[in-house]
Amino acid sequence: MTPDGLYSRRLLLASTATAVMAVPALGCAQDRPAAQAAIPIADPRAAVSVELVVNNQKRRLAIDPRTTLLDALREHLGLTGAKKGCDHGQCGACTVLVDKVRVLGCLTLAAAVRGPVTTIEGLAPGDGALHSMQQAFIDKDAFQCGYCTPGQILSAVGCVNEGHAESEADIREHMSGNLCRCAAYPHIVAAVVAAKGSMKG
Amino acid sequence: MRPFLYQRVASVADAVAAAAPSGQPASLTSAPVQFLAGGTTLLDLMKLDVMQPQTLVDINDVRRGDPHIVRRGDALYIGAETRMAEAADHPDLQRDYPVVVQTLDLAASPQIRNMATLGGNVLQRTRCSYFRDPSWSACNKRNPGSGCAALDGINRKHAVLGVSDQCIASYVGDFAQALIALDAVVEIAGPGGIRLLPFAQLHRAPGDTPQIETILAPGDLITGFVLPVAPWTRRSVYVKVRDRESYEFALASAAVVLDMADDGTVKGARIALGGVATKPWRAKGAEGALAGKRIDQSSARAAAEIAFAGAQTRDGNAYKPELGKRTLVRALLQASQMSI
Repeated sequence: MTPDGLYSRRLLLASTATAVMAVPALGCAQDRPAAQAAIPIADPRAAVSVELVVNNQKRRLAIDPRTTLLDALREHLGLTGAKKGCDHGQCGACTVLVDKVRVLGCLTLAAAVRGPVTTIEGLAPGDGALHSMQQAFIDKDAFQCGYCTPGQILSAVGCVNEGHAESEADIREHMSGNLCRCAAYPHIVAAVVAAKGSMKG
Repeated sequence: MRPFLYQRVASVADAVAAAAPSGQPASLTSAPVQFLAGGTTLLDLMKLDVMQPQTLVDINDVRRGDPHIVRRGDALYIGAETRMAEAADHPDLQRDYPVVVQTLDLAASPQIRNMATLGGNVLQRTRCSYFRDPSWSACNKRNPGSGCAALDGINRKHAVLGVSDQCIASYVGDFAQALIALDAVVEIAGPGGIRLLPFAQLHRAPGDTPQIETILAPGDLITGFVLPVAPWTRRSVYVKVRDRESYEFALASAAVVLDMADDGTVKGARIALGGVATKPWRAKGAEGALAGKRIDQSSARAAAEIAFAGAQTRDGNAYKPELGKRTLVRALLQASQMSI
């Protein structure tokens, strides 16, 4: 079933939940019991309406509140570039950019995302050329099986943008959140070094 | 992961009201309403079914737009919503509080540092394998009264200070040690309003109630930290020893802040130990032993002996007191040799 197919029924459920959830936003002590009483009425299984901007496209979803950004991208938006490795924030395969900052898709709730999301599918400028970091990974042979590569590339873009690619040691330290089971690390460092000169903003 | 209600709040008052208890008493960690900030601990533990909140109150809109790190009179105020990376890259902190920046830079991964807030960081929970795996029935922290599988289990990374016969799980954070060594104050918003507390009083040793990790009650929200402004904060270091060089928790760590007289003797020493204790650990006795002394190998070692005098080891972690002492000695020597 497509996300659009789910949309109308779940949106109805979501709007019901939203109406109830608006009640607890009260600051006075005497209002607290009423606010608490509202919680059991709402249905935690109801879908919530989520609006994401992914790779410059606005996407609306009605999803279970438990849905991580990673699952929203992969299962609901068909963007399977971000990979599910450990699903516990330890391997970095799910790294994407939110507000141009690298984060872990697996430990981010889709409903909690505020800023625009960039995945590996949206990294290239769109004129047919690859992003310079993508090209550098190819030129420097910075992967073997490729499973960690989308996360490595987005993490590397974040690493350079954060100003933490000043030396090879700096790059190794600030890429430590991305594991590579094939151990392509030396070439990954070489790719970051090669790409950072041509990356501007 | 179990189903939960998700709601956003835009103010501290709304956050406190949404999480204040409705009647039944609960420890903070088992309260039905939990705050969601960076989510790096909470969502991980919810996926593992270690934490089972019914409602997540998303506080990421709270205080947005304010300066997160700002001088207020004789103190530096750091908003609890500040992300670890933002604090680590802050020029004022880099110049005046090396120990803060080092505890943040040496913790977690860059992605996690971009996500995790400082308020959540100090409340991150232990990495004890038996706590994190509900297939083990015995864990007094997760399931009070069930026992402790770590006492006679794999306990290489467990604590030797502040332990009880109910729990030996390590406090694994780093930033908290910097706060203790700086005599920082924590600002807490709760149903009764805002209160300030010495940060060293925030965490509790396990005793008979390992499930109660802090003095916070449901509805309490850490809103900020207050650091002293003084020249001596620049003479501060964090030494962290671990199994691998990056992205790993401490086996032993030491945060040291020294106030030294012109003649090279110690006016005031503040020491916090990590990786070896059940909570962020202030080594008061060691601090006292250094007063008026010059710091050298022998005085530092004597202080370290005092710091670990009460250590209680198990089969797997008998190495920790010696490692902890050497870590503290190294930190003391480094701090004393800094030119500020």
